[in-house]
Amino acid sequence: MSFTAPSDPVNKPVKVKISQLCELCHSRKAFIRRPKNLSKLCKQCFCLVFETEIHNTIMANNLFQRGERIAVGASGGKDSTVLAHMLKLLNDRYDYGIEIVLLSIDEGIVGYRDDSLATVKRNQQQYGLPLEIFSFKDLYDWTMDEIVSVAGIRNSCTYCGVFRRQSLDRGAAKLGISHVVTGHNADDMAETVLMNILRGDVARLEKSTAIITQSSGSPIKRSKPFKYSYQKEIVLYAHYMKLDYFSTECTYAPEAFRGTAREYMKNLEAIRPSCIVDIIQSGENLALKTKKSNAKKKVVKFVDGNRCTKCGYLSSNSVCKACMLLEGLEKSRAQVAIENDTSADGAARNLRALEKLSF
Amino acid sequence: MVNVKVEFLGGLDAIFEKQRVHKVTVDKEDPVTVGDLIEHIVSTMIKNPNDVSIFIEDDSIRPGILTLINDTDWELEGEKDCVLEDGDIVSFTSTLHGG
Repeated sequence: MSFTAPSDPVNKPVKVKISQLCELCHSRKAFIRRPKNLSKLCKQCFCLVFETEIHNTIMANNLFQRGERIAVGASGGKDSTVLAHMLKLLNDRYDYGIEIVLLSIDEGIVGYRDDSLATVKRNQQQYGLPLEIFSFKDLYDWTMDEIVSVAGIRNSCTYCGVFRRQSLDRGAAKLGISHVVTGHNADDMAETVLMNILRGDVARLEKSTAIITQSSGSPIKRSKPFKYSYQKEIVLYAHYMKLDYFSTECTYAPEAFRGTAREYMKNLEAIRPSCIVDIIQSGENLALKTKKSNAKKKVVKFVDGNRCTKCGYLSSNSVCKACMLLEGLEKSRAQVAIENDTSADGAARNLRALEKLSF
Repeated sequence: MVNVKVEFLGGLDAIFEKQRVHKVTVDKEDPVTVGDLIEHIVSTMIKNPNDVSIFIEDDSIRPGILTLINDTDWELEGEKDCVLEDGDIVSFTSTLHGG
């Protein structure tokens, strides 16, 4: 499966009215109306403005330090592909002095990750960036195909999300990298704010809009250079630059794109595009009053920097979510193993599991 | 009558028999608009009726699907009222698919 670029238009516009010209250069036909500020721009000006805005976001928030090694969470999708392309372009243009590594996670879904990893490998060649791939099988001894056969398809996104988030940290730690960059964009941020408000998840709400997230319990920080970039602009940028990205639906989440918050966001955006950035702004400014400590009531505070007693990675509880899920999976798998009379294999797996624990 | 090329990108080809590029002939007296093309696509090119809601919402393209006419945002070309000519390229890119 190779990449086919979108076709170039063959019909040239006969007459271009003055009202159809680009608002910046006034000499070329406008191709896009930016949802962020409704300005009409031609291809060249749009790409330049888009790139410069990302650069301004990076500089304003001091995302990178000279000499730093950066791991880009690369899934082969449009966001991470544009992110890898953009970071390399800006690093060359503005000389951040950073070293960029593509970090990819193989969930072990036959027919899906094969395609996405093939895309990431092509990106590796196209951009000349080193690529490292870590798999669920190596880190957790479970592939998503195996997890779904045990836990069912309904909860598969929960397992995948938990494992993948930790996998990026584990992969970065093994590479000696302390900074992971992800391709979350403004639409994703607004959706997250909305979902946390609807759930009343106050603890998450304060953190969900931060452009850099860091914890004393983990040496790896995360940043999102696309925090203020609209998804529409990312997609159009990929279209105009003819970037090679992958958009096959996940095998186990064929209806995931019908998320309620996402549909709601898209309809809001159609009415008033600036609402995406407005919601992010609201999320940023939401802060709770500091609770006065009551001596009688013992309020359990969220402790930052806590580590899992099993695997040593960041956790809100004594045992992290990934280890809890793994424990449940192992119980289910044991029954299957007994039925097939593979007790020796079970012993070998326990030994491998013990070897992976860090103390 | 007008002959145009239609592209379904960003995973949208999943509901069009995994074919990204289609040559489409809209048999209708001029002027043929993008609205006519969309009607033609919905009535003849989507095989599974359940998939129509992925493409269409409230008699228009679902928000989240970007429509480009000759690489130009259809918002700048009058959206459904844009008149098509032979050789035009209309692309629909989904931002909802993937992952």
